Amino acid sequence: MDWILDHLDDIEYLTRQHAWLSAVPTVLGLLLAIPLGWVARRYRFLYAPVVVGTGLLYTIPSLALFILMPLFLGTRILDATNVVVAMTIYTVALMTRTVADGLGSVPDSVTASATAMGFGPLRRLFTVELPLAVPVIAAGLRVAAVSNVSIVSVAALIGVPQLGSLFTDGFVRDFLDPIVAGLIACVLLALVFDLVIVLVARLLTPWQRAGASV
Amino acid sequence: MNEVLAWLTDPANWQGPDGIPVRTWQHLMYSLVSVGIAAAIAIPVGLWIGHTGHGRFLAVNLAGALRAVPSLGLLFTAFMVLGPYLNGEVSVFVPTIIVLVVLAVPPVLAGAYAGVEQVETAARDAARGMGMRATEVLWRVEVPCALPLIFSGIRSAALQVIATATLAATVGLGGLGRYLVDGLAVRDYAQMAGGAILVALLALIVDFVAATLQRVVVSPGLTGKTAGRKNALRRIQRTTLRASGS
Repeated sequence: MDWILDHLDDIEYLTRQHAWLSAVPTVLGLLLAIPLGWVARRYRFLYAPVVVGTGLLYTIPSLALFILMPLFLGTRILDATNVVVAMTIYTVALMTRTVADGLGSVPDSVTASATAMGFGPLRRLFTVELPLAVPVIAAGLRVAAVSNVSIVSVAALIGVPQLGSLFTDGFVRDFLDPIVAGLIACVLLALVFDLVIVLVARLLTPWQRAGASV
Repeated sequence: MNEVLAWLTDPANWQGPDGIPVRTWQHLMYSLVSVGIAAAIAIPVGLWIGHTGHGRFLAVNLAGALRAVPSLGLLFTAFMVLGPYLNGEVSVFVPTIIVLVVLAVPPVLAGAYAGVEQVETAARDAARGMGMRATEVLWRVEVPCALPLIFSGIRSAALQVIATATLAATVGLGGLGRYLVDGLAVRDYAQMAGGAILVALLALIVDFVAATLQRVVVSPGLTGKTAGRKNALRRIQRTTLRASGS
């Protein structure tokens, strides 16, 4: 316990690093998954290849993906870019199917109405389909964000500083306090991400609350 | 890239106790043992939760909460807490397997309970109406209908376990993770990347085998290959017909 109180500064720094390394890929991955999910939905023959193909990326174990990144990016092994790109790949892998299914959850009558009102495909996507798909997409994003926070800690093994560094630090010194501190900080950070997504999703779907209060 | 290929094709790396075949076999064994234990625990519990509806809240939240716990931290904690009580190789093996099982239980549990829960009420009622007892409804209707989700739970558990078993090389476990961790220690990138490619391949192959098994085991009436979405009614009829043994 004393160790934690003495090292609050370090823990805060590592938490901030951890938050960046997991938040940036979560947002980037979502932004990439939206067009991919849309394509999978729009052209039926592409659904299986796109969804299965991106899903396969998720099977690659995290440490292996981090280590393989320099081969594709030409970066150095210690570069934090490797972690950001790898985590973005995981987010895309999880979110493409979610976006496709979320867009699919929009009732046909609604999209037909929008078309009848003269909405083009793009305007319909951004003003009708995506907003209505928010609950499904947000549910998937919660899973992706929470697992991203957990997976980023593995990057400590390739020397990128974040909360996982507390694990390796404690392990090397045979000292449990930093590990426990890291575990608690990771879980709390995941909880914060989860709450932020729930709140943003609520703000984006005011009609859901209106419906609930009736 | 060439160095990585050279490492992968070097005959010296394919023999002996540190050779690729032995390491792959070890990795596969750790994973099979862990997923096997997890399935033996989680499938019965999951089926029970799905069938009775008891403990549903616990199952959902357990799966969610465990996703937030970093496996690396869990691994180090288990090793440091349990290791001193054990000797030799067991001091690495036992804590690792415990952590792998802990990580594998939630997805299997979630798959089993969600699978049973999403079985159409009509199919369940029809089975009951035909005079099936509760255990018969479970084994002949609910479990066959739940198989796709039970499989997806086992598959995501297997991927999680293969990935975490790789990390366990840092506490001294064998398996393919050794190449990644040992390579890191001596800055031998060819060995690290070669090992990473092998781990990724192993995960892909295991998932492919599980997917193939799933295709063989799951009733074609559920996968929509024989009946389109419009034929949902026929699908239910077929499921109950098969369940009644005709």
